[in-house]
Amino acid sequence: MDKGLAGIYENLVKYLLGIVAVTSVLILLLIFYFLIREGAGLFSHVSLPGFIFGTEWLPDAEPPRFGALPLITGSLVVTTGAGIIAISIGIGIAVFLAEVAPRSVREVAKAVIELLAGIPSVVYGFLGLTVLAPLIKDMLNLPSALCAFTASIVLGIMALPTVVSISEDALDAVPREYREASLALGATKWETTWRIVVPSARSGLLAASMLGLGRAIGETMAVLMVAGNATLIPHSIFDPVRTITADIAAEMGETVHGGLHYQALFGLGIVLFSITFFINMVTDIVFARTSSKRGAS
Amino acid sequence: MENKMETRKLSVYYKNFQALYSVDLPIQKNAVTALIGPSGCGKSTFLRALNRMNEVIEGTRVEGEVLLDGKNIYDPRVDPVALRKKVGMVFQKPNPFPMSIFDNVAYGPRIHGIKKKTDLEQIVHKSLAAAALWDEVKDRLYKSALGLSGGQQQRLVIARVLAVEPEVILMDEPASALDPISTAKLEDLIHQLKQNYTIVIVTHNMQQAARVSDYTGFFLNGELIEYNTTTAIFTAPREKRTEDYITGRFG
Ligand SMILES: Nc1ncnc2c1ncn2[C@@H]1O[C@H](COP(=O)(O)OP(=O)(O)OP(=O)(O)O)[C@@H](O)[C@H]1O
Ligand SMILES: [Mg+2]
Repeated sequence: MDKGLAGIYENLVKYLLGIVAVTSVLILLLIFYFLIREGAGLFSHVSLPGFIFGTEWLPDAEPPRFGALPLITGSLVVTTGAGIIAISIGIGIAVFLAEVAPRSVREVAKAVIELLAGIPSVVYGFLGLTVLAPLIKDMLNLPSALCAFTASIVLGIMALPTVVSISEDALDAVPREYREASLALGATKWETTWRIVVPSARSGLLAASMLGLGRAIGETMAVLMVAGNATLIPHSIFDPVRTITADIAAEMGETVHGGLHYQALFGLGIVLFSITFFINMVTDIVFARTSSKRGAS
Repeated sequence: MENKMETRKLSVYYKNFQALYSVDLPIQKNAVTALIGPSGCGKSTFLRALNRMNEVIEGTRVEGEVLLDGKNIYDPRVDPVALRKKVGMVFQKPNPFPMSIFDNVAYGPRIHGIKKKTDLEQIVHKSLAAAALWDEVKDRLYKSALGLSGGQQQRLVIARVLAVEPEVILMDEPASALDPISTAKLEDLIHQLKQNYTIVIVTHNMQQAARVSDYTGFFLNGELIEYNTTTAIFTAPREKRTEDYITGRFG
């Protein structure tokens, strides 16, 4: 390719990438605009603090009450639980596969895990409902096991394949030279793993965790089936909860387009959107901090 | 002169492939031993057999003995982790960890149980000074090691090895990625280090072998063809193949 052509080609690619970037930001803004347009009407009936901190969600009462706090806590509790399970176990499994397991085991395990990631969430919900919930009910002697605890476990297991698969890739990408240098200094395999390999892979591990959390917070079907669906603020993890997503899915069908209930559900959408946005921002900031401190390039 | 290390009928296999054939080579204490030979002749394999780093590669097997101070390092009672503390290694490509300069050098001592900040600072200072790097980095100890030049990185890696106070230092083509000035600094450094350490260096550069080493071993196709003082190897080789190689007629 001569110089002129190469230059044109490079510019073309640059513009195309620019267009893609701008488009995705535009789409994001459009979604946000749409949520606000559909949901804004609600706030002439309920104040914003009343909506977010209100403790009663009774759309069918007279007059209806739209306090989203039970749903917000429901989402936060279930997501936190699922996140703790998926991230700790997921990274643990990934470390085992990348650093300890023989190659044959690793290949088989990776294939199985990728398969697990493709199973539809209803199936997880169904298994949670018919297998896990009765088990937990008997083991912990609960009146009903359809609660935040069970939902966290189901969601955690669902998010696990994502976390394992991306973490494993990140650990695998740590250069062999780092491991060898550490071993040659008289470090054990274990010290090498925890002091060199895991810290070197931290950006990938963080990405894996965020995607896992994202999968958990956005999940609807499975959580609708096992969380118990009570619109009450939970006092313990064994109380039934309803998440934001589950509520939207469960109630959207019974609303009148443009009605107050309809607007309230869009209000929930805005809250969910903001939570996700906030989590991403915090991660970005934390990540920028740690990488400049540790001096990665 | 006494032997710090010595190999006896050392053979190394990668799965079914035999990379070294019954090598007997002494390594004199407080001297520099150079290993030369064409690419693929087994120099790196030999070097890695001296601190059991070959075991990191799946499917390797060793026959024969490697003695360190008269004791076989392949004895089942020897802990490879403890051995590598005594026999350190500098790799061909500079490989600092993605952390600060200080943390890189302090890594080994920390692993081996030194926790006190003042002790670590002292070790880091001493090691960087010994590796002729202190003056260049003393104002940026807490900056990333990846920001250093290639030559500085290679000296940092040497400082990192010195910090664990090994007895033997193995260097696999340590200058292959360096410019002439950095190379000259590295050679000076090797010269000074041999007062306190026993050094084995692999190099493709004949002039370098002649400049820095006291003894030289010439490898070809997994066999040690000739071993002698560097002067003898370069002025009066006994083997025709050695002469051909050092005069550049093949390899
Ligand atoms: N991990 C491995 N698996 C299989 N064979 C290997 C492995 N490492 C090296 N070999 C083979 O062993 C022989 C010796 O390799 P070695 O790396 O020791 O050569 P070398 O003398 O260091 O070469 P160079 O000068 O190119 O670094 C070569 O034939 C090489 O292909
Ligand atoms: Mg080599």
